[in-house]
Amino acid sequence: MASLTINGEEHELQEPGEMPLLWALRDVVQLTGTKFGCGISECGACTVHVDGEVTRSCVTPVSAVEGKEVTTIEAMANDATGQRVQRAWLDLGVAQCGYCQGGQIMAATALLKENPEPDEEQIREAMNGNLCRCGTYNRIMAAIKRASGGEDKA
Amino acid sequence: MSQDREMPMIANVSRRRFLKGLAASSALVVAVRWDPLLAEEEEKQYGADAMPGGWVDNPNVFIHIDADGIVTVINHRSEMGQGIRTSLVMVAADELGADWDRVRVEQAPADQDKYGNQNTDGSRSMRHWFSPMRRAAAAARHMLEQAAANEWGVPVEDCRAGVHVVRHEPSGRELGFGELAGSARELSIPDRDSLTLKPDGELRYISRETGMVNGELRDDKVRPPAIDGDDIVSGSAVFGGDIILDDQLFAVVARPPVYGANLKSVDDADALKVPGVVKVVTIEGADPPAGFEPLGGVAVVAENTWAAIEGRRALSIEWNLEAAGDNAHYDTEAYRKALVESAQSPGKTIRESGNIEEALQKADRRVEATYYMPHMAQAPMEPPVAVVRFKDGKGEAWAPVQHPRATREGVAGKLGLDVEDVTVNVTLLGGGFGRKSKPDFVMEAASIARQLEGRPVRVQWTREDDIQHTYFHANSVDRLEAGLDADGKAIGWLHRTLSPSIGSLFAEDPEHKAGFELGMGFNTMPFDIPAIRLENPEASAHVRIGWFRSVYNLPHAFAIQSFAAEMAEAAGRDHRDYLLELLGPARRIDPATFNDEWNYGEDPERYPINVGRMRAVVERATQEAEWGRELPPGRGLGLAMHHSFVSYTAVVMEVEVQDDGGVIVHRADMAFDCGRQVNPERIRSQLEGACVMGIGIALHSEVTLSEGIVEQDNFHQYHIPRMEHAPRDVRVHLVNNDPDAPMGGVGEPGLPPVASALCNAIYAATGQRIRKLPVADQLAG
Repeated sequence: MASLTINGEEHELQEPGEMPLLWALRDVVQLTGTKFGCGISECGACTVHVDGEVTRSCVTPVSAVEGKEVTTIEAMANDATGQRVQRAWLDLGVAQCGYCQGGQIMAATALLKENPEPDEEQIREAMNGNLCRCGTYNRIMAAIKRASGGEDKA
Repeated sequence: MSQDREMPMIANVSRRRFLKGLAASSALVVAVRWDPLLAEEEEKQYGADAMPGGWVDNPNVFIHIDADGIVTVINHRSEMGQGIRTSLVMVAADELGADWDRVRVEQAPADQDKYGNQNTDGSRSMRHWFSPMRRAAAAARHMLEQAAANEWGVPVEDCRAGVHVVRHEPSGRELGFGELAGSARELSIPDRDSLTLKPDGELRYISRETGMVNGELRDDKVRPPAIDGDDIVSGSAVFGGDIILDDQLFAVVARPPVYGANLKSVDDADALKVPGVVKVVTIEGADPPAGFEPLGGVAVVAENTWAAIEGRRALSIEWNLEAAGDNAHYDTEAYRKALVESAQSPGKTIRESGNIEEALQKADRRVEATYYMPHMAQAPMEPPVAVVRFKDGKGEAWAPVQHPRATREGVAGKLGLDVEDVTVNVTLLGGGFGRKSKPDFVMEAASIARQLEGRPVRVQWTREDDIQHTYFHANSVDRLEAGLDADGKAIGWLHRTLSPSIGSLFAEDPEHKAGFELGMGFNTMPFDIPAIRLENPEASAHVRIGWFRSVYNLPHAFAIQSFAAEMAEAAGRDHRDYLLELLGPARRIDPATFNDEWNYGEDPERYPINVGRMRAVVERATQEAEWGRELPPGRGLGLAMHHSFVSYTAVVMEVEVQDDGGVIVHRADMAFDCGRQVNPERIRSQLEGACVMGIGIALHSEVTLSEGIVEQDNFHQYHIPRMEHAPRDVRVHLVNNDPDAPMGGVGEPGLPPVASALCNAIYAATGQRIRKLPVADQLAG
């Protein structure tokens, strides 16, 4: 049993504390924007923010996030940086199938909050844990650059 | 396609059936469709005409207009990232004159009788549906114009549809599409022959270069935003696993570790003690050839996915491996060696011209090489997942499937229902790449649902399940031998290809590739060489073999295009010049003369093997890449070309090989000719993605088996490309956007030449030939 704060809302979970946050989000709280891709922290599809830090929810037990702020892709529209990243994603037509893109956007948003103007090497390092089988990496790179600098680009 | 073949058949379809499930307020009437079953049998059918279910161009089926003016376009093809939900809707909206902001898309359920063919594979959606969709929209536009003419009591010739309105030209009066929808639906559908399609100059959405063009954003005021874009970036897009119904249960399945093995015994006592586990049930599997049938096994059903996974961990299962026969001893390395050995001896002759023995004998130089491509897993980021409910004698499925009709039939079979009593809702696919052409995972869900008394169940494949139990890309050995004369000119070409066939999935193992498999770049090899022999010795299947994006084109292109570079080297010639010489003069080849009766299902007259188009993409890619330019040490340029899915691709890669054997792709130039381009932005992104996937195929991706068991189980062992592997710069050069050029495929044809271009570049950088994929650590040390 655990008490979680997800996107600012309190949730009381009856499930065991060792349940991975991913499945608590998807099956119990029914926030399905966070995706299952590998279950072993190898692909990044399940990326969320815990107290602002990039976290792979598939290997994070719910007991580990009690008392912390969990933020998912569903809340990015209410986040200034998240919005900018989403806008850049749309402007550059990043998504193909779209399945991994929630996790990509969560990773990109966390990066830009920490480092508003990352260079290519820093972007590559931050995003290397997020797999995209459609191969949208070049557009992801371009979109992060577009969203960087803390201001909207025309 | 002759006019005769396009004549409509009036099928006996009742109005009531048509209106079922549609917005009755907006539905237009009358059924006009093409059904190959009704067609005259003596004439061979091609393209969409030849597909099961044929095509439909009835506006009632595809276009609905509500009184408030909202236009809903029904998309009946599966969306897996290729963008069909956007591109096909662009076609309809453009021809209709709809304002993009007032256009919606609705995904059709599986119903081939109503929508025509829905099997989304073979890079066919746009080339088969561009014309029917345009006609459906044109018919709807004519009906709106007629409705306006009737309303105003004026000649229809004076009424023209503009953007979401019909305008009476002489008076300037206008009526919106929404205002006209009600009366338009009472009109009969105009005769297909009477339809006038919009001239290209009046099209606003299609065939325009908007969005990202080689790193530069081209803004265009009328750029239609991608249909699912907002939902994807906000996390609200609905994929297969995102369906949660009332009272839903969650399951994972333990499957036999070897193809053909089955369940001996299971002890589920510990599994049932796991909190949240509700039930453990068995799923019957099929013996090989298993087709689309599930592998069978034990399903743990629980209140959530995690409990099901934990429950599965607690099962004690004994498998009957003897049932798998030889498959239980399948070892991919031993198999590779055996195929390499077999490749030394002649096999079934597939194509022959000239005298190959004589040519090789009199050759001044002989070049010989053997290439290998391993098994691979498609590994879409969304592993297979499906929800099925069986209640009150009806079945309903929600699943990310490429082949809705096979899914519907498979689910009906598992539930013991008529197909009409099963509804298949097609969700977005989190990638397909051929994996989701097979509905086995939905049939698993149906098998479980049948044992759950009305509660819906979601079956989730874990990544381990996916990598260990997919339908694998066929591993392949290709041996090539060429004879060159004193000038280095090719005078003989002997190619033997050995791979297990997808045919082994559906019938007794044929041990030879089928026509459609050979037609993927093997017998369609276009080189202009006097003596050619192509052979296909035997190879047996020991796992489920299935489609993987671009399928057998992958090994064929890798071998042929790598070998062409080796021949150029042996001849002391520049690779590009030599490749163009091998291709020979621009000409149109009837595929039948190459013993290819398949030709991707297309009419050989409209879609010959076109050497001119091959030469053009080679010339464009090399020109853009500044072929021949000086590079720093450790870097090289590599080239490859391949035609597949009736499109043409050439790739030049600039590669750096680092001291530790690491490979960086600095730049990729891809020239691509798919004929008329409907949505250039998505064509570009498909090619960019193919480039990345091809790099992964070249460098990393391999599934191996020992004792019939897959040795990799997740992304730490089965490697797919990451951002670090993407080209630092990728440029796509689209050629031949001619409205009259026959439309080719887009989703697959970018992929086949990539691995060869990369390996040729590695050779240019290091002098080391890569003949066995993946590169992995071959360049280290």
